[in-house]
This record gives sequence, structure tokens and C-alpha cells, in this order.
Amino acid sequence: MPAGPTQLSGRRVAAALAAALPSAVVAEHDEWVEVRPERIVDALRWLHDAPDFDAAQLSNCCGVDRHDRFEVVYHLQSLDLNQQIVVKTTVADHERPSLPSAYAVYKGALLQEREIYDLMGIQFAGHPDLRRLFLWEGFPGYPLRKDFLGLGDTTPGLARFPFENKAQPDRIINPGLRPATPDPASQEAPPGWRGDARA
Amino acid sequence: MTTSSEPYVLNIGPQHPSTHGVFRLRVAMDGETIVDMDMIVGYLHRSMEKLAEERTYTQNIPFTDRADYLAAMSGNLGLCLAVERLAGVEVPERADYLRVIFAELQRIASHAMANGTLVSDAGAWQTPLLYMFREREKILDLFEMTCGARLTTNYMRIGGVAFEPPPEFWPALRELVDELPDRIDEYAELLTDNEIFLARTRGVGVISAEDAINGSLTGPALRGSGVPWDLRKAEPYAVYDRLDFEIPVGRRGDVYDRFMVRLEETKQSTRLIRQAMAEIPEGPHKTQIPLALRPEPGEVYGRVESPRGELGYYLVSDGSPAPYRFHIRAPSLINLSLLRALAIGSPLPDAVVTLGSIDIVVGEIDR
Repeated sequence: MPAGPTQLSGRRVAAALAAALPSAVVAEHDEWVEVRPERIVDALRWLHDAPDFDAAQLSNCCGVDRHDRFEVVYHLQSLDLNQQIVVKTTVADHERPSLPSAYAVYKGALLQEREIYDLMGIQFAGHPDLRRLFLWEGFPGYPLRKDFLGLGDTTPGLARFPFENKAQPDRIINPGLRPATPDPASQEAPPGWRGDARA
Repeated sequence: MTTSSEPYVLNIGPQHPSTHGVFRLRVAMDGETIVDMDMIVGYLHRSMEKLAEERTYTQNIPFTDRADYLAAMSGNLGLCLAVERLAGVEVPERADYLRVIFAELQRIASHAMANGTLVSDAGAWQTPLLYMFREREKILDLFEMTCGARLTTNYMRIGGVAFEPPPEFWPALRELVDELPDRIDEYAELLTDNEIFLARTRGVGVISAEDAINGSLTGPALRGSGVPWDLRKAEPYAVYDRLDFEIPVGRRGDVYDRFMVRLEETKQSTRLIRQAMAEIPEGPHKTQIPLALRPEPGEVYGRVESPRGELGYYLVSDGSPAPYRFHIRAPSLINLSLLRALAIGSPLPDAVVTLGSIDIVVGEIDR
């Protein structure tokens, strides 16, 4: 659907990758190609070296938490051919996710993988300097995970927009109707807020 | 590396003029030479990517001002383009021209700041910086006239721009565009042949083209190494494909070339603004979009050439009004990938100038 103007078809990349590296490709899509996590570095190196693809630059690398697994997305860029390739891989283990580091192929992965490790907790095997980037060592948890703060399986975020449903308008609390002195019971922090994250 | 004495650790920052924000370096030194370097960031981390997952796409536009606070217009534009592609929103032609005008004004303001602080780092304390602030002030006045804010503009909207510029904007812009080339020549005259500036920047912080590409460098840091890569040409957005401009590149990849690339780019931006002013059509400046924009489930990687490089937004939609994943590809952070390799073995004052020439904005590094 919303592929970039210079983005290569994932099916074309998948066909070439499958011919060169058997068993590396897991799935293909119009926009991206999904590669087996153990073979991700081989696939990136092959795309980097192949003259038809010439993926010289790792322009973006980021993780997506899918509740039960992690996706890591690599946006590769060929500067000479002006084409973009999207490679994905899935890390099935949501508890202790680990993936080979792309640093061996792209030096530009240095800080991007550190950022993913810091905020999502994916270990990159073979990364030369895998430490937290923005947060301090010992920070409890990985904030970009969907289950951070112990929210469980629910998706934090807007399921719907307030006042969107005209038939059932949201209730507006009139400030004048609030009790003058707040109830002491409502002053306590909601359960599962701070305590769970620190535990 | 063999050292002549026991290395000692020097702490620079987080509050230090040469780190351009709250950015901290721990440097192991052997005399004046750097043996090892570690950068410590995160002092400005505001967890924008997590907060964005609980806000609608339009509510996320103000975050992009506060990420790269020296180029808020470029940040706005990048997010709007990405969401428009994700949701299939059409933009009126007039809005596209207005976006080009404001993005290029922002580029001039941002490059003036970058070059001014770089020259300050190189020893020309404050005077050139204040010269360049003179023009930046006029640009910020134009922003204030249009959207009421100078830095956190929050001007672009999904489907266009927020406001039509007021009538007094156009004569003021015309006056600015007419005087800018002379002003840029004035800086060039003061600095490009200045012996002290040349001694501090020529052959310092050299990045080869291969290293720059492999290290994911973009923007002036990449073009300074002689790679003519600019997303305005490579993947034209808004109306850049209709406008005539050139991509300046350096030859040696040193600090001086990156300075010159920025200086030339401000001239090209002036050209772009002049053309856009001449060609801008009448019409609406915005399309109506639903209050709760719900893009189809899918993902998009939208990117623009911000003053610092490729500013990308990777958005994943699950069909709800808020993005499922909102990732900012921050050029300021990723351009630092090579900093440690560049700094090791160089004297400390050279590393300071190299850092200045990469042009970081800490709000964007930490997000």
C-alpha cells in the first residue's frame, strides 16, 4: 500500500535472496522480505555486496513489539541505484530476545542497535559495545515494550478517539459538580503503577 | 596504542559550550591526544516514541518540534508526509509550495546556527555567531508572523499547513531573500580564507566517502565527503522536483568541507525560496481530514532531508487513531556513529571542532 517511491518490491528481493541463500527467506510481501533471524547478517551482507542491490547504507534500523514476538526492521539504501530495500526479521523469544548484530556489515548499526537494546531489550550478539544508550544501567525494564508498567496484554494507546461516536457521546464531568474536598481514598496511586515497574 | 604516560580521564559536559547542549563526553587523554572516548547521552530523553503511542497522529506533530528544536519545520514536514502516505491524504498544491518555503527558511536558520557555533568552537568567539544570528532572527520573525511561534512552530498539518501566512509576510520574505545572498557572501569573505579558521579546520576530522556511507551518515556530513546524496533530489517530496537547485559536495571530507557545504546550501535554499515564491499558486492551504484519522493497518517509512540529514519516521498503524509504533530516525544520533573512531588519535581541540562540524541537536539525539 504505502510503499516509498524508490522502494524495491519485496518479492523481487526475496526471489534473488532465496536463490543465493537457500532457507534464509521466511516470508515475502510487496513491501518487504522477511529473513530467518539466524541468517540476517548473511542476508544483509549479500544485499550489501550484490551489484543488483548494492545496499551500501543501513539507513534505519528499529524494533517493533508485537506482544508475543519482536520484529526488527532494516531499511537499506543504495545510493548509486537510488533504491530502498526493507528487510525484516522476527525474534520469537519475547522474554530474552537475541539477534546477531549487523555491525559486522554496517558500522552505522552501532548506535541504532544500542538504542533498540536500551528501549526494547533485544540483545545483539557480536555488537562491540552493547550498553544502554539513553537510560542508565540498572533501569528497570525496557520502556518501548508494550507490557512495560505491567499492563499485560492490553495495548497502551488510543483504541478510539474521544467524542468520536456521536451516538454515545463521552461523559463530560462538570468541574462545578466535583466535591470541594477530594476523597482521601482517591489520592492513592492506582495499583500496578510504580510498584510493578520497580519490582 | 602505546602512551607516553598514564592516560587520564577528562570529563566534558554535560553543560559545556562546545557540546552544543546537554551532551557529555568522557575522554581518556595522553597529554593532548585522545586515547579513547565515550559519549553519554540521554539527559534530554523524554520518551517521545512511547508517548506517541497514546496520541493521535495530529497530536504527535508537536513532538517533532521538540525533537530537533533547531529545525522544527523539517520535523513537522517529515511526520506529515509519512502520515499522508500512510493514510492516502492528498495535499493542495499551495500547501506544498508553502511547505517548501518554510522548510528552506528553516534550513537557512539551522545552517546559520550550525556554522556559527562551529566557528565559535574554532576560536572566533561569538562574533561570527552573532552575525549569523542576525539573519536567523529575521527568519524566526517570519515564523512568528505566520504561526505565532519562533522555535516550536507546530505549523504543518496532515493534509497541508495550519495557517495561510499573513499579508505582511510576503514583502518581508521578499526583502529577506533579496538581502540574503549578500549576507552569505559576507560570511564567506570573513571566514573562508581566514588563516586561523583554515588552520583549525583543513584536514581535521577527515571522513572518507566509504566510511561515511557505511557509517549511515547523511546530510552535510555525508555530502562533505563528496557523496552527492540529497533526498530532495533522490526521492523528491512536496514540489522539489519542479524547482531548480544543485547539491553542493565537498572533496576532502574534512571539517572545512562540511562548513562550506552548509554555506553553499544556504545559497541554494535562497534560490529555492525565490522560485517557490514566483510559482506559488492560489488555492486552499489545507484539506479536511477526519478528526480521528484511522489509517489502514500497515506501515510506512517517510523521510525528508532535514538540515542534519535523513530524518525518517517509521510508523506502524493497527487501524486505531494512534500509531502502534512511532520511530524517529534521528540523523543527529546516527551521524555520531563514527565520532569515536574520528576522535581517537586526534588532539582534543580537533575533536571539539569535528563534533561541531557534525552539527548535533541533543533534543533529537535523545528524543
